Amino acid sequence: MLEDAFLSEQVLSEEVGKEATRRGFGDALLELGAMNRNVWGLGADLTGSTQAKLFADAYPDRFVEVGVAEQNMAGIAAGLALEGKIPFMASFACFSPGRNWDQIRVSIAYTEANVKIAASHTGLEVGGDGASHQALEDMAMMRALPNFVVLAPCDYLETKKAVFAAAKHRGPVYIRFAREKTPAFTTEKTPFEIGKAVELTSGDDVAVVACGTMVHLALQAADILERSGVGVRVIDMHTVKPLDEAALERAAGECGCVVTVEEHQINGGLGGSVAEALGQLRPVPLEIVGVHDTFGESGKVAELWQKYGLTKEAIGLAVRRAISRKEAGAGKRAA
Amino acid sequence: MAVAPTDLEIARLERLANDLRQDVIRMSASAGKGHIGGSLGMADVFAALYFNVLRHDPQNPEHPDRDRFILSNGHICPVQYAALARSGYFPVEELTTYRKINSRLQGHPHFGSLPGIESSGGPLGQGISQAVGRALAARQSGGRHLVYCMASDGEHNEGQTWEAVLFAGARRLGNLTLLVDRNNIQIDYFTEDVLPLEPFVEKYKAFRWHVIEIDAHNIRAVVDACGQARAIREAPTAIVCHSTPGKGVDFMEDHYEWHDHELDVETAEAALRQLRSAAGVIDRRIASLKGGVAA
Repeated sequence: MLEDAFLSEQVLSEEVGKEATRRGFGDALLELGAMNRNVWGLGADLTGSTQAKLFADAYPDRFVEVGVAEQNMAGIAAGLALEGKIPFMASFACFSPGRNWDQIRVSIAYTEANVKIAASHTGLEVGGDGASHQALEDMAMMRALPNFVVLAPCDYLETKKAVFAAAKHRGPVYIRFAREKTPAFTTEKTPFEIGKAVELTSGDDVAVVACGTMVHLALQAADILERSGVGVRVIDMHTVKPLDEAALERAAGECGCVVTVEEHQINGGLGGSVAEALGQLRPVPLEIVGVHDTFGESGKVAELWQKYGLTKEAIGLAVRRAISRKEAGAGKRAA
Repeated sequence: MAVAPTDLEIARLERLANDLRQDVIRMSASAGKGHIGGSLGMADVFAALYFNVLRHDPQNPEHPDRDRFILSNGHICPVQYAALARSGYFPVEELTTYRKINSRLQGHPHFGSLPGIESSGGPLGQGISQAVGRALAARQSGGRHLVYCMASDGEHNEGQTWEAVLFAGARRLGNLTLLVDRNNIQIDYFTEDVLPLEPFVEKYKAFRWHVIEIDAHNIRAVVDACGQARAIREAPTAIVCHSTPGKGVDFMEDHYEWHDHELDVETAEAALRQLRSAAGVIDRRIASLKGGVAA
């Protein structure tokens, strides 16, 4: 399963390179700055942390430091967009969209302003800062807004591609990424198109649909399951909205059961989207792996993932449950 | 600075303000309700802006050199809709579709629906930030146009308002002019009862703005203040427009209840009678001014 050109040869090796997805944002924004004079950056006193500083230092006349004022940042970004600029406003997800959702809703979404919201430090990976700073609700908030595209890229390279695609897309885009250095396992050849899921492995006993940093965890789980004879189709659902319903329906049809994995609340995020889609298109047993309606806490990332159920073992168990539900259903139908 | 307007020009603007007031009453009566108090209170300012101050072209609403006008207190859109229609952006007959199904005249303005509307507004406090964004873009690209924003006094309860005011002052956004409707009312009560804003002018000064205070019903003062704001490029200018909410209809004036209110046909007719007689007075003055010019 791992020879696929979409994946680095080291994907599951200890040798796999690591880089933070936020760095992918910073590097891509810097490149965009050179490519397109209409690209602007905005920061809210977290310019270093979000990596927007790379752009800010290179293009100071196109960078707006607003101070700790995320609501103002959203409005200024809308104003810039309505003047034909392509503003990327960067902060932590707990503040943007956490603090400024109303401004995003009216000044950006309702207006269809061409604003890109870059949200760093999502999930539990904020680690020691604790629950207040661990954004686990942002996809639910952003997915509910009309006109928005919601992206959750899985590694450094895919984040770069997502940022380039966001700049090209006409309309508001939300991109979430994370703080920690995580495996960089996709390749230049891995395709990226907004709204088009990437099938990373091709098993047909179960489909594991993941986004963000959980995609690598899903691949690790798939590797273990594969060895015990379970064929896993790992789908990188980097676009949470609009969801690639065709890929989902096909996976549900061919695999017969689905597991979703996200570093987000189980309510309203990737699992919620997949449940909504499959419930209407092709109901099959579905298991949702994510944070179970609770806040996080301080700790090391590995400890937090362990405590809050984001592990390859948890994915493996969810896969077993999904498959046994599928088989029980098939048994019932047979009887 | 522009040439000072003649008495005849001022009288013409006063007559247009009266038209806008009548439009606001008709629109609100047709909808059954509307944000009447603030709309009537700002009619003189809107007449000055749309028919004298703003550089704009209703035939080319997206002209890159136009002055931008952003309405932060979007609820008083009836008076803006009336000003846009009477400027020629869309037919005056369309005004009575305000608040109705399938209309371009939403209860709060929607960017993209109606020509001349520069932002979606409604939730208070959002307009100044958008104006700041537009002003930054203009400054960076060397645009010569100005960015105007209107905000209510009540929306100075919102934190975002002060984020934007702090930013604009600190960044010396001289191409930004803010007109604040200081009408002293908000939905629940008078502003100083809900959450006192005074000392109001001093706050803006402390935030590094140039401040001008005017009587919002003195159209010459509105035009002059905008001229001064255009000349001052070292800092953003706040024009504090002291106004009477409900201005022009005696039973609506200074009553916070008329901020947003039902309006039946009889009450509307009573309001229109007052406005029509005021229009007659202005018409006679215009006739005598024209006579004076002819002589």
